[in-house]
Amino acid sequence: MDGRLITALIVVIGVPAVLFGYIVFTERLIRLAPDRFQERLRPWVWLFPAIAFLTVFLVYPTVYTIYLSFLDKFTKNFIGLDNYIYFFTTSDTLTALRNNAIWLVLLTLFAVGGGLIIAILVDRVRYESVAKSIIFVPLAISFVGAGVIWKFMFDYRPPGQPQTGTLNGILGSVGQDPVPWLLNSPLNTVMLIVVAAWIWTGFCMVILSGALKGISTELLEAARVDGANEWQVFRGITFPLLLPTIAVVATTMVITSLKAFDIVYVMTNGAFDTEVIANRMYKELFAFGQPGRASATAVLLLLLIIPVMAVNIRRFRAQEAMR
Amino acid sequence: MSLERPTELAAVGPRSAVRGRPPVRWGRLALHAVLVILMIVWLLPTIGMLVNSFRPAADVSRTGWWTALSPTAQFTMENYQHVLAQNGLGQAFINSLFITIPATVIPIAVASFAAYAFAWMRFPGRDVLFIIVVGLLVIPLQTTFVPILRLFRDLGIAGDFLTVWLAHTGYGLPFAIFLLRNYMGGLPREVFESAAIDGASPATAFFRLALPMSVPAIAALVIFQFLFVWNDLLVALIYLGAANAPNLPLTVLVANLSNSLGGEWHYLMAAAFLSMALPLLVFFGLQRYFVRGITGGAVKG
Repeated sequence: MDGRLITALIVVIGVPAVLFGYIVFTERLIRLAPDRFQERLRPWVWLFPAIAFLTVFLVYPTVYTIYLSFLDKFTKNFIGLDNYIYFFTTSDTLTALRNNAIWLVLLTLFAVGGGLIIAILVDRVRYESVAKSIIFVPLAISFVGAGVIWKFMFDYRPPGQPQTGTLNGILGSVGQDPVPWLLNSPLNTVMLIVVAAWIWTGFCMVILSGALKGISTELLEAARVDGANEWQVFRGITFPLLLPTIAVVATTMVITSLKAFDIVYVMTNGAFDTEVIANRMYKELFAFGQPGRASATAVLLLLLIIPVMAVNIRRFRAQEAMR
Repeated sequence: MSLERPTELAAVGPRSAVRGRPPVRWGRLALHAVLVILMIVWLLPTIGMLVNSFRPAADVSRTGWWTALSPTAQFTMENYQHVLAQNGLGQAFINSLFITIPATVIPIAVASFAAYAFAWMRFPGRDVLFIIVVGLLVIPLQTTFVPILRLFRDLGIAGDFLTVWLAHTGYGLPFAIFLLRNYMGGLPREVFESAAIDGASPATAFFRLALPMSVPAIAALVIFQFLFVWNDLLVALIYLGAANAPNLPLTVLVANLSNSLGGEWHYLMAAAFLSMALPLLVFFGLQRYFVRGITGGAVKG
């Protein structure tokens, strides 16, 4: 253990030190080059470590995974589109695809809608920062921790036994039968999404609240003086001005729901028809020993996300143009 | 919002100004009621687990946590003692630190140089390259696992801490470069121009000016990356493996317990709470920076 402590220390101090040395050393070398080359050379020297990491850990593996998705389980023989055909003809993977669609719609709706409502409500009270912290806290804890917390919220005992799960305890106190929240599809997927919404609503709220503070108070007051009621102020001014931020938050939630993994892995591991694409990919790779199928699953995930990425980049360029 | 300049980012934070005044008093009352209910709903799950983690095993399996409100309820530290002694939770805590600290320092160090180059050096293809980096933000980590696993296996470092340090550096870089470049790009131009006139090299300008002036953004990034790595399950699961006992971080250990403990709720809850203790401390201690990091990077999925 001591050995590892020393390793960690060496890395923490050593890596920045090596980078510092690298820049100082290359700066000396650049000075030796003719003047007109110096300016051209320098950026690439500074970018090199980052580009190297990005190439090795993101660009190269993505390209290689696309290649692997056309190979068999021994990653030797080319089998064309078989892995993709398998994905679209197997009921388990189709269930995963359906569930991700449910995730996408409901998580975006719950988290963005909830975040917007809370951001607006909380803007009107004096205990705003306390309320925001409370809604925001789940984001600081791991999805694993959240999974454990909610497994116990959803705990189910057959009717007649004392219930220990909070939700069924509440149902019992008003004379209702307990519900097996995580057993019946599609209720169980919805319940997993509720856990995700519990985490992500705070994220959406903080960003929307930041944008809300940016709207000029005079504008809102002017509308109110002119006799607009709160709903009209929201529809006519607040909402349109928040729309770009809502779009950013919504795309983030769409990507989050497509990538959903931890909550499902911890709470049901895909049992009872709660499978999602990311968990399926993990199973193909480690449980079933099918790197080809796992790669095809990952490529499909990428294909689903690319349109969202395109929207993000377009918005980024538009904002850069305004700078 | 996500791609705004740092001057605006800095303005985003908890503010207590009360704006707007609904005309009717009943509306006010309803507003408070709704907010209080929301706060209770958000707190209840965590409180329930926290209470249960201090209750004896027999009580946990027979009655709900809310019965602990009665004066005859019993509390115990036994669950915590057990998971620390029997389930290797103490070791996992240290492992999590070993994984998280280097995996936070390395990407931020690498990113700061790249961010400076993107912000203050002119070169052909700069904007296109930066957009590619931003685009990499949304690559699902899943598409990288198989090739990188093979790479690590070929290098003979599979299952080692080094693998997660390297992987988290690669995965964390796009966001780190993005956030730092936006912040550095917003620093006043005159500062760098006058430094150049005084004969300062780009290296001097970077170490003496850009880096110290970017401390708020770096702080936000440190907290963000720290929590991201500490709370990560997937990357650790893939590169360390679920069965790699001596190297497991807390998240993987708690996930394993969750899948195997079945009936032993009381231990699982104590373990889960221990895994959350540090993030909660970081969060409450450094909330301002945390919020800033998130509002600065809404693009990260």
